[in-house]
Amino acid sequence: MRLALKALGEKTILVIPACCWSIIAGAFPYSSVKVPLMHTAFETGGSAAAGIKAALEVQGDTETTVLTWAGDGGTFDIGLQALSGAVERNEDFIYACYDNEAYMNTGIQRSSATPWGAWTTTTPVQHPKETPKKDIVAIMAAHRIPYTATATVAYPEDLVRKFQKAKGIRGAKFIHILSPCPPGWKMEPAYSIRISRLAVESKVFPLYEVENGEKWTITVWPKREVPVREYVKLQGRFSHLTEEDIEFIQENVDREWERLVARAVQ
Amino acid sequence: MEKVIMGNHAVSYGAKLARAQVIAAYPITPQTQIVEMLSEFWAEGLLDAKFIKVESEHSAMAACIGASSAGARAFTATSGHGLALMHEMLHWAAGARLPIVMANVNRAMGPGWSIWTEQTDSLAQRDTGWLQFYCESNQEVLDSVIQAFKIAEQVLLPTMLVLDAFVLSHTQEPVDIPDQELVDRYLPPYDARYKLDPGDPHAFGAMVAPPHYMELRYKIQKAMEEAVEVARQADGEFREIFGRSYGLVEKYRLEDAEVVLVASATITSTARVVVDELREEGYKVGLLKVRMFRPFPTKDVREALAGARKVAVIDRNISFGHGGIFAEEIKSALYNGSHRPPIFGFIIGLGGRDVTPASIRGIAEYTFEHDTPEMEIIWREVKNS
Ligand SMILES: Cc1ncc(C[n+]2csc(CCOP(=O)(O)OP(=O)(O)O)c2C)c(N)n1
Ligand SMILES: [Mg+2]
Repeated sequence: MRLALKALGEKTILVIPACCWSIIAGAFPYSSVKVPLMHTAFETGGSAAAGIKAALEVQGDTETTVLTWAGDGGTFDIGLQALSGAVERNEDFIYACYDNEAYMNTGIQRSSATPWGAWTTTTPVQHPKETPKKDIVAIMAAHRIPYTATATVAYPEDLVRKFQKAKGIRGAKFIHILSPCPPGWKMEPAYSIRISRLAVESKVFPLYEVENGEKWTITVWPKREVPVREYVKLQGRFSHLTEEDIEFIQENVDREWERLVARAVQ
Repeated sequence: MEKVIMGNHAVSYGAKLARAQVIAAYPITPQTQIVEMLSEFWAEGLLDAKFIKVESEHSAMAACIGASSAGARAFTATSGHGLALMHEMLHWAAGARLPIVMANVNRAMGPGWSIWTEQTDSLAQRDTGWLQFYCESNQEVLDSVIQAFKIAEQVLLPTMLVLDAFVLSHTQEPVDIPDQELVDRYLPPYDARYKLDPGDPHAFGAMVAPPHYMELRYKIQKAMEEAVEVARQADGEFREIFGRSYGLVEKYRLEDAEVVLVASATITSTARVVVDELREEGYKVGLLKVRMFRPFPTKDVREALAGARKVAVIDRNISFGHGGIFAEEIKSALYNGSHRPPIFGFIIGLGGRDVTPASIRGIAEYTFEHDTPEMEIIWREVKNS
């Protein structure tokens, strides 16, 4: 958030649907951000922002950036309808999803961003998540919106550049940020950056961008490549996985990576 | 078997014992543990149900509607904003005459966000055609889930039981968890009278023109009226098997009471203690607990208040532009009756602010001190009023 707001500057209005950030941003009468902030209902990140943007425009303000900052549940699940509607209309705003791969605010329930095999309170170890993570970037790209990108805090320059680039483009922009959650992922808080980097190095979460749904570009080619095992072994939410399970994840990651590389302009 | 459990887990046990067959739910504080525990029961093979982890509450209710229409016993739980998002489907469930059961943990509505208790969320769903029961203890919560299916499946209307956020949902109390065998005796498997059945194809929910729509609504109201006696009977049968019952309302020390406090949910427990204290000090005061809110037990309320000189209704909710919702309901229940005492409408404890014995004592004292209320809404413990 700090990096994103730095990139976007003071002329920004922030919209936060229900998520952990509803709490982090501060309880009444405080705010931990220095830009105007509207908290909004869980399913309305796309539509509430569209209303704000329209109001700015009718009042002659074409400069202010509207940024929705939503969790994965608010994006992949309950807010998908409003998000899809807003980006299909090509509303001029940035929608950032910080993805901690579950409903963390309510105490770690699965979302459709939870990866295959992960533990959550609603996917207990006897029945871990049996379906893959929803490919939200492909869904956004399929709307043919001007700009879609992935980012993580382990690569801050890449993240800041993407927000700056998004700010300069008119129309709908979607930025997908992987966000480790220590209690939800059962990991050491000190490993947040390391795990974020491992996600990229293991190709679990490649860093790339998509322009107009057509031009796919890998923005960070990891200097070091590591097997998926390195990424999952630091996280308790995967500790029940067998060698075959990890192998299965590896195969999927390899296949997705090959698909991405084949699509990407070199 | 006696266990010390929180209200949310009492709901989960209730749904498990009632052998809910399809559970579709979505997490929201402070309801989440209901679903988490059901999910654990299911993972451990203790619950033979299909679990649908939907992507919103609107979908949760829609999935329950699908399940119930296809003949299964359907259950869900939600709270506050989740209930509000379901609103369209609440009308649908009642209009389709489906005996779905739902637990709602009372939570104040945003903005600003609040996760604490207030009844406005469920009372705002008053006109959707759902039966509503407000519970006071974790035992009552568990028992009410089981009773709810029994009642709903007879009158073919959906039923909501309501518990206070945190004060019940997260508070541990000793609860007797009934034997499955006894519950099975009380609540036989659901045998849908009408369902989606390829062997007997019918269309449900098609366009109804003015010549028929009104009759369908008339029948919902008739079923609601019938539900009063059905609920009374279900509670009586429950007593026979389990040795506990709650009534549609509960009359506490109403004999010769001049002032009657009216309360619902957990405020009732606090009020009971205060009534005992005041009685000891010589005040002629009693308490009426309203457990069933829809259908409204008009006859029971009139009877209970027949001797009251003044009535003090305690509302942890508000219908903006009018007043406390229980107060309005009590007024309307008495208006066409033979006894119309002054009714004092108190609003207190919104957004989960504590309602203490001192708060309730203050309400009782105010009522004793005034012949009639000074204003339509008497706000208690509000800063800058
Ligand atoms: C209509 C509605 N349903 C449920 C909730 C409860 N709720 C608030 S935040 C949240 C989970 C948010 O998950 P996510 O979007 O992934 O953000 P995170 O908490 O993980 O940061 C839920 C279920 C709500 N506020 N409104
Ligand atoms: Mg999340």
